[in-house]
Amino acid sequence: MPETGHQHQGVNDSTPDLHEPASVTVVGASLAGVRGAEAIRRDGYRGPIKLIGDETHLPYDRPPLSKQVLAGQWEPEKAQLIDAARVAELGLTFEVGVATALDVEGRRIEVDGRWCDYDALMISTGARPRRLQEGQQLEGVHVVRTLDDCLALRRDLDVVPGRVVVVGAGFIGAEVAATCRGLGRDVTIVEVAEVPLARVLGDQIGAVCAAIHEENGTELICGVGVSSLSGNLRVEEVQLDDGRTIEAAIVVVGIGVIPNTEWLEGSALEIDNGVVCDATCLAGPNVVAAGDVARWYNDRFDQVMRVEHWDNAVEQGAHAARRLLQGAGAPNFSPIPWFWSDQYDRKIQLAGRPSPDDRIDVVTGSFEERRFAAVYSNDGALTGIFGMNRPRHVMQYRGLINEGASLDDALSLAGESS
Amino acid sequence: MKIVVDYDLCESNAICMDIAPEVFEVRDDDFLYVLNETPSEDMRPKMDEAVQRCPKQAISIKE
Ligand SMILES: Cc1cc2nc3c(=O)[nH]c(=O)nc-3n(C[C@H](O)[C@H](O)[C@H](O)COP(=O)(O)OP(=O)(O)OC[C@H]3O[C@@H](n4cnc5c(N)ncnc54)[C@H](O)[C@@H]3O)c2cc1C
Ligand code: SF4
Repeated sequence: MPETGHQHQGVNDSTPDLHEPASVTVVGASLAGVRGAEAIRRDGYRGPIKLIGDETHLPYDRPPLSKQVLAGQWEPEKAQLIDAARVAELGLTFEVGVATALDVEGRRIEVDGRWCDYDALMISTGARPRRLQEGQQLEGVHVVRTLDDCLALRRDLDVVPGRVVVVGAGFIGAEVAATCRGLGRDVTIVEVAEVPLARVLGDQIGAVCAAIHEENGTELICGVGVSSLSGNLRVEEVQLDDGRTIEAAIVVVGIGVIPNTEWLEGSALEIDNGVVCDATCLAGPNVVAAGDVARWYNDRFDQVMRVEHWDNAVEQGAHAARRLLQGAGAPNFSPIPWFWSDQYDRKIQLAGRPSPDDRIDVVTGSFEERRFAAVYSNDGALTGIFGMNRPRHVMQYRGLINEGASLDDALSLAGESS
Repeated sequence: MKIVVDYDLCESNAICMDIAPEVFEVRDDDFLYVLNETPSEDMRPKMDEAVQRCPKQAISIKE
């Protein structure tokens, strides 16, 4: 169990105290890293801020990679997170390089074989897609995490006709399937769980999400795993655990991600499915972590969690970077996790941390309309809010969760607004 | 400070409303309304946060 730090909400973020480091180094120059650097600069931090990342593009946003950029609606530039003018204005330095080791005591990191000193360090190296054991190397088999991944898939979709098979009906798989369907492709999703997303959303709402695929002409095969992919150089077939075979021109594998922590092995930091942090995002002396790579103690839920959502990377990036400028008494990071996913013409959002067997009450709309909001609760306590094409309600009920409201409070709010 | 929203990008997910309900409101019609296009200078930190947290990068601040 990590130390939990102290709740001390009175700290004024905008006045750096005596702990102000001479410089800040960020490893992993993407959403959490960039937003963290921007936050402390805006707060008035004047020291050098260096971001080291292994991608050669200027930082870009990932959500459009399974949506607008993949669909060809947006040119990649539109997904940029920060432009050159803003980089200059904020006085940030970007360096392309791969970090391979960390020496916490000596306050140095190894980048491309060279050791360099840091004063304060933020780790935001994110996560990478899990791959299949067999067949992943065949041509025509893709994952979608980076801009290069997305563009490679887009090129394949441009020139190779035939069925697209998506392995995994998680959010990324579902979005890629929806986008391919939107391009007029035949799409099959293979999902090992009986009900997609049931682990996150529960059976009832998972089933609604499943139905959306079928209503849009995507074939969904559930309760069966993929055993292998086969083909001669290029993928041709997908073999399922139950012996079935599906023809595939293109395969997209979306079976979850693995945090990028290998470079920290042997460092003094605790690594356990992510970089383990205390309640304030501190991972070690002068070291914080944020975004998909960070596992921290969220005191609001009394749970150690790692969250792979866009909004978390933004908020935690800012929180963790500020933590480097604060001493003991820094505030805890206690967000209510929130994410969205766009599939076909549906916008799905979930806020909170429900368990799959929590009670579900629809507070507006209905499952049948495919436009509704539903609250999750456990023993009368609100645990989450799910919305399908009901964004305003999600934020409204998220506010209730924030206040520690009960199911009764939620139901009476529903009564008022109906 | 002037708040500008690109309504082609905005998807009405009300994140900005969560941050500054006095400036942003998503109404029952699911459209975002900017209640105050020229918030006072003391609102700047909140406006900066709204710019950063908008998942569609739809909000900008013109000086
Ligand atoms: C296709 C796609 C769609 C998504 N859609 C949504 C969505 O709709 N809603 C939502 O809430 N979330 C979505 N997400 C999730 C969201 O994008 C992530 O949570 C977010 O990108 C996490 O940001 P991060 O900065 O923590 O990590 P990352 O974005 O993974 O960035 C980490 C960076 O560190 C670099 N790096 C790794 N190791 C090293 C090293 N050793 N040295 C140097 N650099 C290194 C990586 O190359 C990368 O650039 C989506 C993600 C993907 C991939
Ligand atoms: S946060 Fe952005 S996308 Fe969401 S309602 Fe506000 S402006 Fe629109």
